[in-house]
Amino acid sequence: MSEALLSVAHLSAVSTRDGNAPVLRDVSLRVARGEVHGLVGESGAGKSTIAKAILGILPGGIRITQGTIMLGGRDLLTLEAHERRRLLGAEVALIPQDPLTALNPARRIGAQLTDGLRLWRGVSARAAETRALALLNDVQMREPARVMRAYPHELSGGMRQRVLIAAAFALDPKLVIADEPTTALDTTVQKQILRLIRAMQERHGTSVIFVTHNLGVVAQICDRATLLYMGKVMEQGATRELIEAPHHPYTQALMAACPRYDRPGQELEPIPDAVLAACRAEVIAFDRAGASHG
Amino acid sequence: MLASSLLKRAVMAAVTLFGVAVVVFLLLRVAPGDPIAMMIGPGASAADIANLRARYGLDQPFLTQFVIWLGGILHGDLGISISLHRNVVELLGERLPATLELAFVACVVAVILGGGIAILATWLRGRGEGAIDAANGIMLAVPDFVWALAFVLVLGVFWQAFPLSGRIDPGINPHFATGFYLFESILTGRFGLTRDILAHMVMPALALALPLAAIIIRILKEALSEAMLQDYVLLARVKGMSELRLIAGEALRNAVGPTLALTGVQFTFLIGGTVIVERIFAYPGIGSMAIDAVINRDLPLIQGLVLVFGALFILINLGIDLAVAALNPRLRHG
Amino acid sequence: MAEVALNHDAAVAAGPPKHRRRGAARALLAQPKVVFAGGFILFLILLALIAPLIAPHDPLDQDLLSGTLPPAGFTGAQASYWLGTDDLGRDVLSRLIYGTRVALTVAFVAAAAAALLGTVLGLFAGFYGGAVDAIVSRLVEIWMAFPPVLLSILIVAIMGSGVTSVIVAIAIIDWTRFARVVRAETMAQAKADYVVAARVLGFGRLAILFREILPNVAPVLLALVTLEMGIAVIVEAILSFVGLSVSSDTPTWGGMIAQGRQIIYQAWWVFAAPLAALFATVLAFNQLGDGLRRALDPVMQR
Repeated sequence: MSEALLSVAHLSAVSTRDGNAPVLRDVSLRVARGEVHGLVGESGAGKSTIAKAILGILPGGIRITQGTIMLGGRDLLTLEAHERRRLLGAEVALIPQDPLTALNPARRIGAQLTDGLRLWRGVSARAAETRALALLNDVQMREPARVMRAYPHELSGGMRQRVLIAAAFALDPKLVIADEPTTALDTTVQKQILRLIRAMQERHGTSVIFVTHNLGVVAQICDRATLLYMGKVMEQGATRELIEAPHHPYTQALMAACPRYDRPGQELEPIPDAVLAACRAEVIAFDRAGASHG
Repeated sequence: MLASSLLKRAVMAAVTLFGVAVVVFLLLRVAPGDPIAMMIGPGASAADIANLRARYGLDQPFLTQFVIWLGGILHGDLGISISLHRNVVELLGERLPATLELAFVACVVAVILGGGIAILATWLRGRGEGAIDAANGIMLAVPDFVWALAFVLVLGVFWQAFPLSGRIDPGINPHFATGFYLFESILTGRFGLTRDILAHMVMPALALALPLAAIIIRILKEALSEAMLQDYVLLARVKGMSELRLIAGEALRNAVGPTLALTGVQFTFLIGGTVIVERIFAYPGIGSMAIDAVINRDLPLIQGLVLVFGALFILINLGIDLAVAALNPRLRHG
Repeated sequence: MAEVALNHDAAVAAGPPKHRRRGAARALLAQPKVVFAGGFILFLILLALIAPLIAPHDPLDQDLLSGTLPPAGFTGAQASYWLGTDDLGRDVLSRLIYGTRVALTVAFVAAAAAALLGTVLGLFAGFYGGAVDAIVSRLVEIWMAFPPVLLSILIVAIMGSGVTSVIVAIAIIDWTRFARVVRAETMAQAKADYVVAARVLGFGRLAILFREILPNVAPVLLALVTLEMGIAVIVEAILSFVGLSVSSDTPTWGGMIAQGRQIIYQAWWVFAAPLAALFATVLAFNQLGDGLRRALDPVMQR
């Protein structure tokens, strides 16, 4: 059995600014090599928190209370700061949500693309530039040479997101975390970007964690997915199973609520209050059990 | 687009300079106290005074004097100094390089000191920040005049670390070709002289630099903190950059422009400060000439000095505006 | 009258409410540096007022036999001269205490004068805009092209030495500081709802300017005036250092510093004492002004 690339085990976290209210409740998930794993949930479900925990950029008010995050056999949470920086910098990349603010307005695109290469692979400026140009070609950027010399404000939103995707794959990382990368884009561009990410992923054999609230995206490009509600895993497994044969009532309700083009005349059903109540009860029961142990 | 706004600014600058000329001209002529009488000493006859007055053109009506003076400026002639009996342009030309060098060194010190401490404070992020803020608060309150006097006492008298006056050791005869002693000594490799010149500059330059550094610290620190919260810094952090590189490499670029825009005017205050600081250290620049020129009612010299200072201020403001525009990539490319 | 009542309601409804000012006072006193600074300045005011009562010696009293005596604690010091004497045998401490008179008088009056001049010009420039604004702005630019020290020396030289000249000089060189801030504030305030409401009700522009806008600009002004007092003390010190302030009989800190400079190697305390007093005073005004600005800033939200 192939060993998982990334293994999150029993990760729990609280928000110190909200009186230690739990934000993650015993989350476990595994991502295999080359797998595209969807991290799904509504806003506030904790998916971004997990991503940030992996990347080591949790905000000051979030504290991890238990769990491990194993990458390549090493627990990211117990590594020394500079060790973690080195490991993550070279092996894990981020495709951020908002291409508008994720690029430094005062630096040229070329410089921002070659950062990682020069930092972790010790590549010379010229070699890095060549590689960056190749990457821009891969992401189907027109006039890559001009883009290299351009500043972020000269590019459109879609172009900027392509740059960010190129930057993410620049070092051939083992894992790419895509944090709702299409939310800030027009719908027409969204599909292109999704296809691009999938194409890059297939070419490089990278694992991808796809953070999203959009089930359509999950259906389109994720192999497996983890469904979160209030920081707790409701269900996880192969995407096909989740869609066609969901077990958990929350998953079932979500799938039922999802408009489908192959079912014309379908009535849109919101998630029933009963299901939400049941989920909340499940969470509360979990908390109580934890409290009695802790 | 940049060229047209530059032209507009240049025109405004010229208008302002003209305004300065008019104001100083009027001020001096409504002043009581006769410069000629002060200069010529007691026992002079009325005829002598009248002759001298005519020689300096002070018997003409205001407007005529003004037009003559303006005409002179366009020919590069600012008249003869009443108290020093020399061509004003020559006097200014002799001393201006000294002031320019002093101001330059002071600016460099201020930027390095201010920038360095601001970066340090951002890097410390809460651990030593309180102490730095407190020290900065005090620095902001103390003007160059007080610094200069404090240095005289502590570094000049108590500790005797640096020479208290002049620009260069009076025993040396350096035979410089230009008035720019510091630059010339560096460019010609005469580093022994460089050291001496710098030693004379330390106290006045530091006195001028500290208020500017204080403002730079306050504003740059704020700008850096704000920049550090941005998404691109977060992404750079994920890429694995060290904290220092994040501050100095990513955040600083975005912080410099706004900082310069807000602190720019302080650079002109630094130049203005040379009037008293040069005097305290007997540093032979245009500043130390100014006070005596006023006390002696040396009209041509005062006018010349005010014009030079005004031009310097305006040029510096223009320079700052240009730099701010250049630093903003959005403005640069239109 | 009905209009006045309506205007008042409109103003209260749309303008900054008054209860914020009470909160500001509390915020002010919560800062320790403000309390210290304010206390120090009150102490200085006290010294200035009762100088003849508490100064151990007559500041003008020369005693050549007691020249250049060091301050208490150094060898050769005499008990009655706590801070030593200068080369003419005058008590440094007494001169220091009397020096507060000139310093504070100039500080308060000059700051007020500069504030008055600058505020009026700033109000008109900000409110009327157009030609008035253009003229005032041009004036400000021209003024800022002068080195302040040079200009102040020039004015005092023109008007002759004396406290009045010094005060006028400070007012003339620093009005721009107030004008710029007040102009900006006024321009922002002029767009506010309560001003529009007042205009609709038919109030004359001048009335609106002074009765509506000015009170809302006042908090910022207060902080600026305090800062200006610190600046005024410095300018006076520079002028008396150069010998252009009050007559050389009256003790001033700047004058003491200048005299002390001559004998700095023999009697450094004559130079150091007034310098320290100057430093402390400027720091106090600055911290007070800064504290005022911080306490009032959240209200103005600029």
